[in-house]
Amino acid sequence: MSNMIIDKDGVRRYVVSITVNGDEYTKMVKSNTLLVNFLRDALDLTGTKKGCELGDCGSCTVLLDGKTPINSCLMLAVEADGREFITVEGVASHEKLDHIQEKFIEHGALQCGYCTPGMILSAKALLTRNPKPTEHEVREAIAGNLCRCTGYINIIKAIMDASGQEIPM
Amino acid sequence: MSEKNFNVIGKGKPRYDGRVKVTGAAKYCGDLKFPNMLYGKMLGSPYAHAKILSIDTSEAMKIPGVKAVITAKDVPSLKYGISPARWDENCLCIEKALFVGDKVAAVACVDEETCYKALKAIKVEYEVLKPVLDYMHADEDDMPQIHEKYAKNINTEIHQEFGDIKKAFAEAHYVRTDTFVGQRCYQCPIEPHSAVCIWQDNKLTVYSSTQSVHYFQHYIAREFELPMGDVRVIAPFVGGGFGGKLEPTGLEFNGAALSRITGRPVKMFYDRQEMFQHNRGRHQGTYKITSGVDKDGKILGCHVDFQTDGGAYTSLGIATAYYAGALLPLTYEIPVYKFDNRRMYTNLPACGAHRGHGAPQPKYAFESHMDNIAKAMGIDPLDIRLRNARRPNTETVNNFKVNSCGMKECLERAGELSDWRKKKKEGLPKGRGIGISTGSFVTGAGYPIYRTDLPHASCMIRVHEDGTSATLYSGTVDIGQGSHTILCQMAAEAMGYRYENMKMVASDTETCPLDFGAYASRQTLMSGSAVKQAGEEIYRQIIDMASTMLNLPPEDLKCELGVISSISRPKVAPITFEEVARRFFVLRGPLIAKGVYTPPRLGGTFKGAPVGTSPAYSFCVQAAEVQIDEETGKIDVERVWDVHDVGQVINPVNLHGQVHGALYMGLGETIWEQVHFDSNGKIVNGNLGGYMIMTALDMPPITSEVLEDSYEIAGPWGAKEVGEGATNPTIGAFRNAIFDAMGVSVNSVPLTYEKVWRALKEKRESENK
Ligand code: FES
Ligand code: FES
Repeated sequence: MSNMIIDKDGVRRYVVSITVNGDEYTKMVKSNTLLVNFLRDALDLTGTKKGCELGDCGSCTVLLDGKTPINSCLMLAVEADGREFITVEGVASHEKLDHIQEKFIEHGALQCGYCTPGMILSAKALLTRNPKPTEHEVREAIAGNLCRCTGYINIIKAIMDASGQEIPM
Repeated sequence: MSEKNFNVIGKGKPRYDGRVKVTGAAKYCGDLKFPNMLYGKMLGSPYAHAKILSIDTSEAMKIPGVKAVITAKDVPSLKYGISPARWDENCLCIEKALFVGDKVAAVACVDEETCYKALKAIKVEYEVLKPVLDYMHADEDDMPQIHEKYAKNINTEIHQEFGDIKKAFAEAHYVRTDTFVGQRCYQCPIEPHSAVCIWQDNKLTVYSSTQSVHYFQHYIAREFELPMGDVRVIAPFVGGGFGGKLEPTGLEFNGAALSRITGRPVKMFYDRQEMFQHNRGRHQGTYKITSGVDKDGKILGCHVDFQTDGGAYTSLGIATAYYAGALLPLTYEIPVYKFDNRRMYTNLPACGAHRGHGAPQPKYAFESHMDNIAKAMGIDPLDIRLRNARRPNTETVNNFKVNSCGMKECLERAGELSDWRKKKKEGLPKGRGIGISTGSFVTGAGYPIYRTDLPHASCMIRVHEDGTSATLYSGTVDIGQGSHTILCQMAAEAMGYRYENMKMVASDTETCPLDFGAYASRQTLMSGSAVKQAGEEIYRQIIDMASTMLNLPPEDLKCELGVISSISRPKVAPITFEEVARRFFVLRGPLIAKGVYTPPRLGGTFKGAPVGTSPAYSFCVQAAEVQIDEETGKIDVERVWDVHDVGQVINPVNLHGQVHGALYMGLGETIWEQVHFDSNGKIVNGNLGGYMIMTALDMPPITSEVLEDSYEIAGPWGAKEVGEGATNPTIGAFRNAIFDAMGVSVNSVPLTYEKVWRALKEKRESENK
């Protein structure tokens, strides 16, 4: 259990150390602070979006331990203590875009861009564990990321292309 | 006619905002933070119809961290809305709350959590009134009247007649009436609405997730009686709108009031449920259509009689009510037309401008009706459409002038792509069916939302001092549709410059010249026309300067992709745009230009004539093939084909993306989407788990094609709209495909598996009798 203090109103606050994109941050959080709000408010990493706060839309997708996509609105900051995460801000390295990001731009796989960070992280997780997915596997991998703009077609194309495979449809 | 040698437009240039969006750097309104900022929320009514007897805010004010609690007496009481005759909404409810979620009070607190505590502590005493929930019975005598001014809860009543409909029916070979029913849908952008209001030093700055900074500036200035110049509205990146972010929400007004009271920036925001309650989505309606046709299936006259559910406020719905019937005579040449519509008030969330504004549900009804006629007369659905298809350079019976129109070509091409003739001749396997349907949409509304003589679009271009970049300043809003990209392409094309060197400052009423913003599919044509004009002015100035520098007559010079060369003397060494622009700045100061666009006077003079007018109309056809499982009613979509007449394509990647997205929304509304209410008028599926928008697993394969040589005289380089028209034909195409597959008609949307199953069951039972 992490260090805890009780403030004058009787509210418990916990000290957590969370690693995000390779940097460790030690902060004080309340027991009901969501990981998504920790990232956005405490770290100002607003690339992680909020579309529902109920685990329905996937806008808040981050990668747990660098590989597992999770909805950060469904995890508490205290649960994330000691864990490592990658957010969309950690996908490109030194101004060089990741291959998936390049393919998203090339195929017009984004419009308003609000779902894009989550989509890219889900795609990244997929291609890390399965470098040559089928089209169906791509659809499955992003089925938890809702997009209201693109109809997914160009997103699927971008991910298939990023995997070096033939572009379907 | 069309000039096809373009350097920048017509090419799939990468999105202007692609990089910031894939890296997460793009800041949307909800991502913004300001020093000393407070968080604000609004309190919604728990009842659909209730008198507000008293509001006690004293307990809420005692909570530490609560900085302000406001009710109707703290905000202007001026009603707002779309047209002066129908201003019916208040920043906060004064006497009555009119739907579940209607805004009753608002708070500003140090953090979000404190807001919820404060909202809970506000004590409102209500007298619960009987709600009006069924729009088809809203006018009955035992129904309470929702708005004092509107008897029988009729918000808008439309009666238009063009020609003698009785005569047309009397002369017809076949007359038929069909009725279809639509559902309530919600735009559901993935980004929730928010607004950050900063009222400091007698100036109000509002960051808002809006589709139009100008209209918001107008509404807010009017509400607070401020000069427009003291209200600055900025739209940061906007995460989709689809019509739902075109009008003020209360977040802006109440945020402004809270900021004035506290002297601090206030960020207001909706959660998903509150978005559903605010709504402004698709009207549901009942659509009765009677047509008379000659022996070849050629339409002689149509009478459409609609009743729609507008919800608690007018919103943009008065326009929706007119659009519902006004756009129907576009794809087919209907010589005699009668249009009746009543938009009813109910105690449900207000409906407004949802992608394809007013058109998709009536179009579903009309296209289904066409197939019923075709079937009854033994005519192929494609043929009946070809026989009635609009021709270019014609005028609709309700006075819309149509220039370019590839309706016939779209039908033929969709027929080819989908192998229509072969499939019809040889037949399809059991349970398989194919349907076809048409659509058309305005390329910008011919008249503004509120009455004004302001031009619809304007812009400026400033070339950087050393010529290495140029900035386009435009009040347009890119809500995801890609307008920044195509406007920069158009600017570069007109300037003889490169897209890659364009920058854009946009969506800010203080730094950008006026533009009405993103609605009615207007920015490509209207904003684009202004941009083209400004770009051509830069081009002229560059050529003029280069002419002095090279000592050649301007007529002999051309500038392409930033290189200026002599037309007649290829040996003269070219000079660069950069060199010339720099020289220009040294000798003449800033290299700037402006552009402005006002549409011509359009349309007839009858009541409601302006709605539906446009400088140009897109046309499209969709064909859909489905496989129906007889046991379960499950609909498997094999493929959808979309053929579009969009005039000159500016960016093919963006264009097809728009078609995919519109078809996606249309298909969602066809099979899945519907906002449901309980018997008290409360939404039961106001979340993304319960409101079924399609996932990547549900999206069928699409073939999207455009007519290659279409050219629209009214558009810049011949361009017209694409973003909304593609929502038009979708429902009808699917209904007709199911009709073709199973011989059953589902007469209400969504066309759920259950409804298909029930229709099949009924058919079996009646056949067994
Ligand atoms: S915000 Fe987390 S899933 Fe929607
Ligand atoms: S691009 Fe807008 S939600 Fe996906």
